[in-house]
Amino acid sequence: MNKYTKSNKEMLDGNGAAAQAMKLARVSVIAAYPITPQSPIVEKLSTMVDKKEISCKYTCVESEHSALSYIIGAQLAGVRTGTATSSVGLALMHEVLGVASGCRLPIVMPVVNRALVSPWSLWCDHQDTMAERDSGWMQFYAENTQEVLDLMLMGYKIAEHCKVMLPLMVCMDGFFVSHSLQQVWLPSQESVDAFLPPYTPKNLFLDMNNPMLINNLIPPEEFTEMRYQQEIAFNNAIDIISSVQNEFNDIFHRDYDMVSTYRCDGAQAVIVSMGSSCGTVKHVVNKLRNNGIRVGAIKVTCFRPFPYKKLKAILKEIKCIGVLDRSAGLGAEFGPLCMEIKNLIGDDKCKVKNFITGLGGRDITEKIIEHIFYGLLDDQFSDKNWIDVQQDAMKIRKLNKKGGSV
Amino acid sequence: MSNNLVANGVSTCAGCGLEIAIRCVLGVLGEKTIIVIPPGCAALFSGYGNSTALKIPGFQGNLENTAAYAAGIRAGLDIRGKEDITVLGFAGDGATVDIGLQSLSGMLERRERVLYICYDNEAYMNTGMQGSGSSPYSAWTTTTPGGKLTPKKDMLKIVEAHNIPYVASASIGYLNDLKKKVKTAKDVNGPAYIHIHTPCPTGWGFDASMTVEVARKAVETGLWTLYEIIEGQKKINIQISENINTLKYLKLQKRFKKVIKEDSTP
Repeated sequence: MNKYTKSNKEMLDGNGAAAQAMKLARVSVIAAYPITPQSPIVEKLSTMVDKKEISCKYTCVESEHSALSYIIGAQLAGVRTGTATSSVGLALMHEVLGVASGCRLPIVMPVVNRALVSPWSLWCDHQDTMAERDSGWMQFYAENTQEVLDLMLMGYKIAEHCKVMLPLMVCMDGFFVSHSLQQVWLPSQESVDAFLPPYTPKNLFLDMNNPMLINNLIPPEEFTEMRYQQEIAFNNAIDIISSVQNEFNDIFHRDYDMVSTYRCDGAQAVIVSMGSSCGTVKHVVNKLRNNGIRVGAIKVTCFRPFPYKKLKAILKEIKCIGVLDRSAGLGAEFGPLCMEIKNLIGDDKCKVKNFITGLGGRDITEKIIEHIFYGLLDDQFSDKNWIDVQQDAMKIRKLNKKGGSV
Repeated sequence: MSNNLVANGVSTCAGCGLEIAIRCVLGVLGEKTIIVIPPGCAALFSGYGNSTALKIPGFQGNLENTAAYAAGIRAGLDIRGKEDITVLGFAGDGATVDIGLQSLSGMLERRERVLYICYDNEAYMNTGMQGSGSSPYSAWTTTTPGGKLTPKKDMLKIVEAHNIPYVASASIGYLNDLKKKVKTAKDVNGPAYIHIHTPCPTGWGFDASMTVEVARKAVETGLWTLYEIIEGQKKINIQISENINTLKYLKLQKRFKKVIKEDSTP
């Protein structure tokens, strides 16, 4: 039983929490490449290994592509591994993400969300991980530093379950979570050891006693069946996630769900979001509720597998639904989160409004959330809204005749 | 030497130089070997569907990361105390000198204990004879239809520049030399690299019965040199005569047809 004493409270940022989680999970091979804003994870892990705080082989590889390839190799040899990435680094891993998921390797990887080029941005949005939503990886989105630690620990147990065997990304908002120092309850090594048993490969691995070639060419007669098995694993994961969350709550007293509600009772309007913006939404809900305005917040923690049934049951009774997407959904009718929600709403699709916001590190402020809530209640919005785009959007950086910008 | 690690009747082209190489290499390394093969000609040994041509554990990776996968496997095995297993990266010239160069360079620089073997058939043969960085000057390929305009990349020099404990060139025309080199490389404490010249009858345009002869001619004419570098000390293994006539090698192959006049005499 984890006791909340001073000794297991620490000030950590999201990156530090991710590194601590890998340490507590006793990963034994780490290969990583630094990238802003993930670099502190790499630095912390290499320091821990250098100080012999963990018994682990740490390798500074020459790219993210090699980082994931390296740990896929190690995991195939039968050990629990670690790496981390962000943005263009995740994009560089794209090809190998499919190898990890197709080979059913339960790798758990923190991804620090950062916008993708072009233009360059160092700051948060969700386009990097949204681009990988069909990669066969599960995706959790953490609201804060504590959640990074907890979701990582639960992540290993879920990914490694024999009915799941899928890799998992724990996504955290760049800077908003990765660099935000918060007080974190740090479980003891003993309690984590009791929760998370040592790694044993439950599927294919490079076994000298049972030699086989993994990942060779297969005919069209089998490929669909292999994909189908991955789909079954995602379906299985829904129950396994819930049971691991319950077990985690029993031991560590922190309650998680794939999707959770905040003050939704009798709500006239709710905002659905993922990641750090959930905290701001909840804060605004409190403020408006104090003024007698009935609004609520819904947090989606698990994006893959997507909690259709749970969300459908929650959203059925709500009149106005606003969905925040931290990625643009270019060329699509809605952003990626909103597409999922529109899909489960059924006939009453018009009660869902989409808001594209918080791109490239733009803050999602209280004022923006209030504006969205009031507009939802007054039915002011169209279906897809670029909520915080500036008035001079079409003039910004426009060239004058001499070649300089206006 | 174990002879039973590669199946009979594999689906390589008749007279395949690579097949000779892999039989010889695995014969020396024995069954305590894990192989990593990228997509390419060697992937034929990974097999298809439910069958494989190899009796050892292996993994078919991607084209550009053979060295990274191999190094990761090495790390995992070391953690599990299985240090007596050889980890072999076995890739063609395309997957080594072109797209795989970065991950190979990283692995060499980090001194990972991996044996990396490049079988060099001087083009992307499995996809249909497209030119690679290892294709020689003036060679015809489907992407250098007028003959390649630039010389062959000297991969061995690139590897040598990493100052690793063991670097060697080899040829399937000189199997005893190759076996000796694989044996030495197996026991190196760090990365070892062997680059094997493996003529390709299909891509180069010679009769399938001529593979070994073409390989030997490359060495005899000085167009492929057999040497090894042990801890920085370079040793030439086969000395060639001073009267070199490269035409003897080039005229055996259709891929140099455009640059050799019909009446040239070797």
